[in-house]
Amino acid sequence: MVVSSLKLQDLIEEIRGAKTQAQEREVIQKECAHIRASFRDGDPLHRHRQLAKLLYVHMLGYPAHFGQMECLKLIASPRFTDKRVGYLGAMLLLDERQDAHLLITNSIKNDLSQGIQAVQGLALCTLSTVGSAEMCRDLATEVEKLLLQPGSYVRKKAVLTAVHMIRKVPELSNIFLPPCAQLLHERHHGILLGTVTLITELCERSPAALKHFRKVVPQLVQILQTLVTTGYSVEHSISGVSDPFLQVQILRLLRILGRNHEESSEVMNDLLAQVATNTDTSRNAGNAVLFETVLTIMDIRSAAGLRVLAVNILGRFLLNNDKNIRYVALTSLLRMVQSDHSAVQRHRPTVVECLREPDASLSRRALELSLALVNSSNVRAMTQELQSFLESCLPDLRADCASGILLAAERFAPTKRWHIDTILRVLTTAGTHVRDDAVANLTQLIGGAQELHAYSVRRLYSALAEDISQQPLVQVAAWCIGEYGDLLLEGGCEETEPLQVEEEKVLALLEKVLQSHMSLPATRGYALTALMKLSTRLRGDNNRIRQVVSIYGSCVDVELQQRAVEYNTLFRKYDHMRAAILEKMPLVERGGTPDEEAKESKEAQLSEAALVPTEPQASKLLDLLDLLDGTFEAAQPPPALEPSPGGTLVHLLDLPCASPAPASIPDLRVFEREGLQLNLSFVRPPGTPALLLITVTAVNTSGADVTHFVCQAAVPKSFHLQLQAPSGDTVPAQGGLPVTQLLRILNPNKAPLRLKLRLTYNHFGQSVQEIFEVNNLPMETWQ
Amino acid sequence: MIKFFLMVNKQGQTRLAKYYEHVEINKRTVLETEVIKSCLSRSNEQCSFIEFKDFKLICRRYAALLIVVGVNDTENEMAIYEFIHNFVEVLDEYFSRVSELDIMFNLDKVHIILDEMVLNGCIVETNRARILAPLLILDKMSES
Repeated sequence: MVVSSLKLQDLIEEIRGAKTQAQEREVIQKECAHIRASFRDGDPLHRHRQLAKLLYVHMLGYPAHFGQMECLKLIASPRFTDKRVGYLGAMLLLDERQDAHLLITNSIKNDLSQGIQAVQGLALCTLSTVGSAEMCRDLATEVEKLLLQPGSYVRKKAVLTAVHMIRKVPELSNIFLPPCAQLLHERHHGILLGTVTLITELCERSPAALKHFRKVVPQLVQILQTLVTTGYSVEHSISGVSDPFLQVQILRLLRILGRNHEESSEVMNDLLAQVATNTDTSRNAGNAVLFETVLTIMDIRSAAGLRVLAVNILGRFLLNNDKNIRYVALTSLLRMVQSDHSAVQRHRPTVVECLREPDASLSRRALELSLALVNSSNVRAMTQELQSFLESCLPDLRADCASGILLAAERFAPTKRWHIDTILRVLTTAGTHVRDDAVANLTQLIGGAQELHAYSVRRLYSALAEDISQQPLVQVAAWCIGEYGDLLLEGGCEETEPLQVEEEKVLALLEKVLQSHMSLPATRGYALTALMKLSTRLRGDNNRIRQVVSIYGSCVDVELQQRAVEYNTLFRKYDHMRAAILEKMPLVERGGTPDEEAKESKEAQLSEAALVPTEPQASKLLDLLDLLDGTFEAAQPPPALEPSPGGTLVHLLDLPCASPAPASIPDLRVFEREGLQLNLSFVRPPGTPALLLITVTAVNTSGADVTHFVCQAAVPKSFHLQLQAPSGDTVPAQGGLPVTQLLRILNPNKAPLRLKLRLTYNHFGQSVQEIFEVNNLPMETWQ
Repeated sequence: MIKFFLMVNKQGQTRLAKYYEHVEINKRTVLETEVIKSCLSRSNEQCSFIEFKDFKLICRRYAALLIVVGVNDTENEMAIYEFIHNFVEVLDEYFSRVSELDIMFNLDKVHIILDEMVLNGCIVETNRARILAPLLILDKMSES
């Protein structure tokens, strides 16, 4: 059945006429069926028309693989129109993965040697687009011949085909290297453009070629100079600049040749200065050339004056109104900021202005450049700008901006308070986008700044009261409130407005965090532990806290449940130890020391609820537990002193543990008066031989309470003593909960230890003061 | 190196697509839609250079048509911007005040022009007379 086939134009009309996607698909499917039938019949006259329609359909996205063999037939036909469509089809439909494409090698070979320019041009075009490695190898000699023959139309195409061949089969560069020098003498700009591209490709691939081509630098300089100094030439002028494309290519090649090479760079210096000053910058073409010149100046070993010129040009670009030019200037300044930092700093105000642009590309580049320009002198101003940017920027830039600000604050913070303020502000604005270790960093920072504890806890409390959705902020705030809750309730801090905070409100806030569906499990853990710590810091009764803790004992989340159960046990069975366990944490060291035994650290972490995930914390905690164990032994007259405190730890926390602790030194009773006894127990942790931990325990076996109990200690000058807060100041009567206090003594010189203690307390209605030196300290304490 | 050259109208229909690096056909439509989405959302005052995955996109708008060229890192964006304008000027001369319909109905001629100007991702010829010479000869041959 012969169906009169549609011309391409009619098909396009039909497709345009289709109102819906489904209709369009129908039209196209009908037509494809016709095309397939026509291909099967093998109609030579209309084949090219069918293929043209098929290509149009292919462009719209429909499958067209059945046209591949037809392409071959069309290429082999002697008519030019057939060949044209055939080659176009080959370029669009065939690629290396198809089997059919090797078959065109022969046709291309024939066409290349035919001698008709148009045909050769077509063949070269196709070869350079879809040529595979084998094809290139076969046809390399043909292409080389074409490079040297006189017609310029074919030569320019042959040169670029050579570029493609070299990309596919690098060994062929040997063939194409010799003609290059000769080709540079041509006057035809198309050939020159192609040759420069070819040389660039050769130089990028092999350093030997790079050395070889350094010889042509003078020639390139000459060409560029003629281009720049000739006046208006009709042939090549584009908005007043003669052949900017060729100029840009030559500049790029000069950049590659001059990199790290003094001689070539010197030859280029004058020329670059000339190009930079003579180019007309009112139109985009001139700016394109100028941009390339600046890039070249920055990359080669140029004279200092030239570099200054380049930076000034970039500065001028930054002030230009055209967004494209500003974008390009920001990109180059970013490249230069490492090597010419001071020069770029001069343009900082303009860069900061670009931050406020609504355009996404510009603000991204401006952000990167601003972060690179922050240094210790401008850190306050820059952080201010960056923070206002953070509030208004697009979501995908927020994460980068937040981490950039935090990093800059860490490197250049002028004062600790400013640092804390900055981090706080970032957390409030973009809390969900900060990195995971920001929380740990902030807690460590606050912990270290003792004088700022009150200030930080107040600010964090107010921030938390306003908004509990930003997880990192909530975590830090919960930790702080737990640690420094007593400072929060005291009132009176000069640095913030007086804020009257009541216990009930604090507890309510923490409970709110616990119950909120926005809180992550980790945040809940922080909040629960904070509540627990507050049970010792607050003066009211602990019923509310106990209630909350027991509720969470049946929570679905395993982590929370475990913590709640442990805390519950702490309330019920080990209440006398609660104070000591929940004392203020010592300063966390960053990049910690390795732990002694893994198991010990595990229990230590579990009991302190893994608040700060760093190792050294665990080892210090271990010390705490160890002396608890010591306290245990002192407080209740132990019938059998277990040799390994590991055993006692098992009872304490119902955890399996078999690790031995450091060898224990016998306890010492140093004072006794009217029923008040003072015992010292010692621990020498094996990791730090100069350290001695003493726990002072005060037990009252008399009938009346001892109140306002204060114990102070003094040691000789070569020692370093640190007294930690006592667990309380009342020693109840009849052997009730003893008061414990931890002393840390550092003895780097291993001198004999001497200890003087001063006690003041009220007992039986009298105030007593006692000062005495501790004699008979065992030798193990200081050796 | 130029990776691809696209001409799209405001509704997102592709009028010309030329790839200089092989991209599979189903990936092409996806790529085109993403590219068009990022370019159409820009207004005229904004920057014409966009970063997209591992290429740079340079777009330029002419009435209802948007021309997008994707290049790799080594190209000078402003030179390509100028090249797009050069291409449009060549089309203008050939079709005498080119419009979108001209491009649609004479797609093969537009391909020929583009092939004359860009070979394998590199710019080869930018002179209008030289680009149009073979095409004019072809036209004369088919008329006679």
